[in-house]
Amino acid sequence: MTSEQNVSERFIAHYEAQKGALPAAGLGWLGALRGRALAGFTATGLPTPRSEEWKYTSLAPLARLPFVPATAAKNGLTAAALPWLLPGPSAAHRLVFVNGRLRQDLSAPGALPRGVGLTSLAAALADEPELLAGRLGSLGTLAEEPMLALNTAMMADGFVLRLGRECRLEHPLELLFVALSKGEPVAYHPRGFILAEAGSRGSVVEQHIGRGGAPYLANMASEILIGEGAELRHFKLIAEADQGFHISTAHVEVAARGRYESFVLTQGGRLARNEIRVRLDGPGAACALDGAYLGSARQHIDNTTFIDHAKGHTTSDEVYKGVLDGYARGVFQGRILVRPDAQKTDGRQTCRTLLLSEGAEIDAKPQLEIYADDVKCSHGAAAGALDEEALFYLRSRGIPEEASRHMLVEAFLAEVVERITEEPVREAFRGVLARALARKVGGTGA
Amino acid sequence: MEAMLHIRNLRVEVGGKPILKGLDLAIGAGELHAIMGPNGSGKSTLAYVLAGREGYEVTEGSVSYKGRDLLAMSPEERAGEGLFLAFQYPVEIPGVSSTNFLKTALNAVRKYRGESELDAMQFLKLVRQKTKALGITDEMLKRAVNVGFSGGEKKRNEVLQMAVLEPSLAVLDETDSGLDIDALRIVADGVNALRSPARATLVITHYQRLLSHIVPDRVHVLAHGRIVRTGGKELALELEAKGYAEFVEAA
Repeated sequence: MTSEQNVSERFIAHYEAQKGALPAAGLGWLGALRGRALAGFTATGLPTPRSEEWKYTSLAPLARLPFVPATAAKNGLTAAALPWLLPGPSAAHRLVFVNGRLRQDLSAPGALPRGVGLTSLAAALADEPELLAGRLGSLGTLAEEPMLALNTAMMADGFVLRLGRECRLEHPLELLFVALSKGEPVAYHPRGFILAEAGSRGSVVEQHIGRGGAPYLANMASEILIGEGAELRHFKLIAEADQGFHISTAHVEVAARGRYESFVLTQGGRLARNEIRVRLDGPGAACALDGAYLGSARQHIDNTTFIDHAKGHTTSDEVYKGVLDGYARGVFQGRILVRPDAQKTDGRQTCRTLLLSEGAEIDAKPQLEIYADDVKCSHGAAAGALDEEALFYLRSRGIPEEASRHMLVEAFLAEVVERITEEPVREAFRGVLARALARKVGGTGA
Repeated sequence: MEAMLHIRNLRVEVGGKPILKGLDLAIGAGELHAIMGPNGSGKSTLAYVLAGREGYEVTEGSVSYKGRDLLAMSPEERAGEGLFLAFQYPVEIPGVSSTNFLKTALNAVRKYRGESELDAMQFLKLVRQKTKALGITDEMLKRAVNVGFSGGEKKRNEVLQMAVLEPSLAVLDETDSGLDIDALRIVADGVNALRSPARATLVITHYQRLLSHIVPDRVHVLAHGRIVRTGGKELALELEAKGYAEFVEAA
């Protein structure tokens, strides 16, 4: 038996032990969904590099860890110690999740506009299951996505955001996910659900961090439904602790004239995989998937995206830029599918990586599958070292070597960070990057 | 008294190939020297070696600057000590605004010299004074360093950096190349404005025309890696008239 099989059985045992205690155990449709999900996960087990989707990211390091299911952490954190990203007036709606479960005592949802609903997943399942019935678990393929299936079987809590027709959420919703892992490594499976009805608009900022010093697995899944003409901006900072594993699968469906914008900044965690799968499902539907990452030591950072141009006149734009130092490894898989009827599709994809050391490595795999003939699609992937000419130029003006390196790395990433459309978020992410650079990237580049 | 810059028997190889073959040069405070020479004579190598660029191997000789061993210093130390190289080909740095670059450089140099760093307001005031004379607009300062700049704009930007950093020894490497006559005058005015009894300047050029605007105290001819002739400002005119043929053949 491989170690992946071992850990798969451990997760299945978690489910058997927990299922009675999972929220809304009495809901028939939910029980059936969890059952299908568990069957899917049992059939495949944890993903291995043998599957195309996981070719460059091995979960073998996970398999050696004796995970236990995370239980509700009632204390161990104070509100004052939480590293919120958004300042003053933008900090209107805040929720804190510890080991995947909402901590009301640390949260401040604030006053929400009429027509906007925000609640924990557990509360939504108890109080308004009709909102989620037929929608929760509707995106994705449980038989083919083991981590999504595992999340669906095990999801204990998370958030549900509903933007009613034509509603505007003026300030971003800020979600802080904290892993609290002391002693035995914990695994938890938070779930996000966003329903943006026709003409609505809002933004969500997610931040993932870890405390406690022990390894943990945060296996998140999100479903995002964007109605006609609706617009959702989704910003995410993965700043997990050094021993943290972060795996996330987001499924997004965008109706006609709707728009989804995503920006993922990854800087922390032993292994982080962020997968986004978008279906552009009506004319005028658009998405922008952007990301920046900064890896050092032996970090592994995987950004996997799939954009399905299911209908004509749809647009996608994608820019990922990363900086890798030490023995860090990056993965970018960007698949774009243009279906036969999706004429007048416009798809652009760029992936650029800066390798600061001999030991750093990137696997970049752009993948365009075009079955329509009247489309505009482009992709480019490039990796290189820091520009020595530019470095000398800065130093010749008196700027010390380490500061010069940081300036050039920041400049490299600035191009993509500038694409963040929400000003306070852009400022916050800039600050995060500058601090991460100072901490992680050495002056010699070794 | 020791000259500000004293180069003795400097021998430099690039990729194992000898470029400078025993170069001697001394420049005192308050002086402006010009080095002229044909292409491939080692002019740019000299500039880069003085600024501390990697890839230039000094196999023999010494360079003393203000009484210290220049070759033992890092590029940023040299800048802190007041050495400035105006690049022949200023480097484009996408993503770094000219303002941010200038401010970071100035404060790094001030810090090195034990002076207080300037805040944004003080810095802006200083830069406004300098940009006006050089015809550099606020819009140029907002752009990324040298990105999308014309040849002339790049050279003016070099002179702006020099004016802001106030070097003791300025080395100008082919600063006149690619300039039209108006830009040449602006650049020359910028260089002349900085001349003082405490400062020294080394102008490296292929052509005489810049030296009509920046009048040198001494002119040296560099050929095949050595100074082969030294004279007054009239030597530049002679070279303009006769060309470098005699020096190219002589070696």
